Amino acid sequence: MALDKEFNEIPGTIVFDAEQSRKGYWLNQFCMSLMKAENRARFKANERAYLDEWKMTEEQKQAVLDRDLNRMMALGGNIYFLSKIGATDGKSFQQMAGSMTGMSEQDYRDMMVKGGRKIDGNRRIGEDGDAQRPQKDPAKGR
Amino acid sequence: MARITASVYTSHIPAVGAAFDLGKTKEDYWKPVFAGYDFDKQWVKTHKPDVIFLVYNDHATAFSLQMIPTFAIMTGPEFNPADEGYGARPVPKVIGDPELASYIASAVIQQDFDLTMVNEIDVDHGLTVPLSCVFGEVKEWPAKIIPFAVNVVQHPVPSGARCLALGRAIGKAIMSYPEDINVHIWGTGGMSHQLQGPRAGLINREWDNAFLDRLIDDPKGLSQMPNIDYVREAGSEGIELVMWLIARGAMADVVAGGPKPKVAHRFYHVPASNTAVGHLILENAA
Repeated sequence: MALDKEFNEIPGTIVFDAEQSRKGYWLNQFCMSLMKAENRARFKANERAYLDEWKMTEEQKQAVLDRDLNRMMALGGNIYFLSKIGATDGKSFQQMAGSMTGMSEQDYRDMMVKGGRKIDGNRRIGEDGDAQRPQKDPAKGR
Repeated sequence: MARITASVYTSHIPAVGAAFDLGKTKEDYWKPVFAGYDFDKQWVKTHKPDVIFLVYNDHATAFSLQMIPTFAIMTGPEFNPADEGYGARPVPKVIGDPELASYIASAVIQQDFDLTMVNEIDVDHGLTVPLSCVFGEVKEWPAKIIPFAVNVVQHPVPSGARCLALGRAIGKAIMSYPEDINVHIWGTGGMSHQLQGPRAGLINREWDNAFLDRLIDDPKGLSQMPNIDYVREAGSEGIELVMWLIARGAMADVVAGGPKPKVAHRFYHVPASNTAVGHLILENAA
């Protein structure tokens, strides 16, 4: 049974469910491989060649090369897995999360210090909050 | 017989662990976060547990997509802090309690919860950051720890009602264990946070505080809240809060109709990195 469709009606959010997980299996497993130092070194030495060792789609590989986290999420990535790419690049979780919002690193940090993003207007798609702008590519597939 | 004397609830933010490990706890940004745990240092000495049953989630550290157990109890003798990509945290290794853990696993499975038993696993920030927050810097953790991992990464994740009922089953199991030991049960994760997409950075202070109120006073009512409400109101990663209901379910009022627990400590702060920090200590009546 699929999740309640309300899970797809939250703006600026991709819920990682069994379907996304199936789509993103090799993308996420590639990310897991970066937990090992020798794999990080091989990836950094030749990203394309390393990605080609994995049964990922071309779109997924390109999203990794572009470091486009929103796109990776849309293609089945999960943020805890994708964070291994960020760790390989020396990025903090705040830098990674912030990079998905279209805000500068400083603006995002300032927003958090001031109490974070407001919930009002950001509960449902179609409200007037600041998380309502569409994803760059609605490749969610449903 | 074993006694459950207290439950502890806390966020388990990785940046808090990093701040702790890098000696930044007195910096302006981090000081108010760590101040929320000052109370714990004395409290945990006067309420010293023999064993902590610690509910957390693995963050794609030990469990990849190869296997995704919904509920996993760690029955091994010891667990090392994991390397999550930044090097392992320089904190003591976790000493388990295989006898009690196996006992709980058997008793809980016989109450119709299908637990996965895990003997070898590295534990990530979800488990070690709460220990650092409560105990501070120590050479060894002053209690045995039974890690208990919940899948809150891949939906569907267990409901609040299921978590509360599981906590109740764990509570019953512990209270039937024929050794005179003091057990704490900890629920970790949350509070509101979203780490992904254009809605990243979401914080919902009002909702978080209402969650704390209801967790204290009305756990059964709170357990009826559907998972969609956590995701919508507290962010995609705020769903971790369902794990707090496991700890709450093991308290005397839920397990056996006993008296309501006493609130020993309550703390809330925004932000730590992307996240709202929440912390609560509840004591069962002696």
